[in-house]
Amino acid sequence: MSSTFETIANIIAETCDIPRDSITPESHAINDLGIDSLDFLDIAFAIDKAFGIKLPLEQWTQEVSDGKATTDQYFVLKNLAARIDELVAAKGA
Amino acid sequence: MRLEYFQLIDRIVDLDLAERRISCEATVPSASTVFEGHFPGFPLMPGVLLIEAMAQTSGWLITAMNRFERMPFLASVKEAKMRTFVLPGYVLNIESKLVHEGSGYAVLDAKVKNNGKQVCDATITLRVMEFPNKELAGEMLKLAARVGLTPEAALNA
Repeated sequence: MSSTFETIANIIAETCDIPRDSITPESHAINDLGIDSLDFLDIAFAIDKAFGIKLPLEQWTQEVSDGKATTDQYFVLKNLAARIDELVAAKGA
Repeated sequence: MRLEYFQLIDRIVDLDLAERRISCEATVPSASTVFEGHFPGFPLMPGVLLIEAMAQTSGWLITAMNRFERMPFLASVKEAKMRTFVLPGYVLNIESKLVHEGSGYAVLDAKVKNNGKQVCDATITLRVMEFPNKELAGEMLKLAARVGLTPEAALNA
């Protein structure tokens, strides 16, 4: 998880011009780091490329809208890293 | 081009869904009120409209890839370069190729050529969403037919 977190933290720092040391595994991308949906598209693009996956953003957004999930599950960075690890593992299965 | 209707594409010349690329043609009108302001005595095709032409070309590719079931909206433009002046009467070839298809968005590299010479290029990001209403979905079908794209053509591309 740690290397996945490091990768996404570096992507966020570079994409959104946020100081790297202010980004922690507990950071919420939206609530704590103030990343808006447009910036998150750039982040998603960079993550997709870096890990060779397709973050299911639409599915996640729908689940949050339907009350089936909280934004914390997907946008707290340690959780985002875990979701990415799952997607990478599923790709290789 | 019908600048007054914001229709920057005249026709789709080539659509290859396997290669995920599209080529369109558009002729800059010889006269337009746009040129009265841009610029008086020196009419130039505005760079923002060239960007729109690349966005619309990219949009038709995404529309075809999604079989007219989803609508692309311009989200961002990166690395846009206006390499030379584009004058009234120029015939432009506008090409776009999908770089990445994400969940709810697409990234494309687009460029515009005149007589084989590249005049501008950019990386375009489109949001890809459900049509917000049936009226727009219907109008997009009409507009697509006007540039030579039908759902049947998209299926066979």
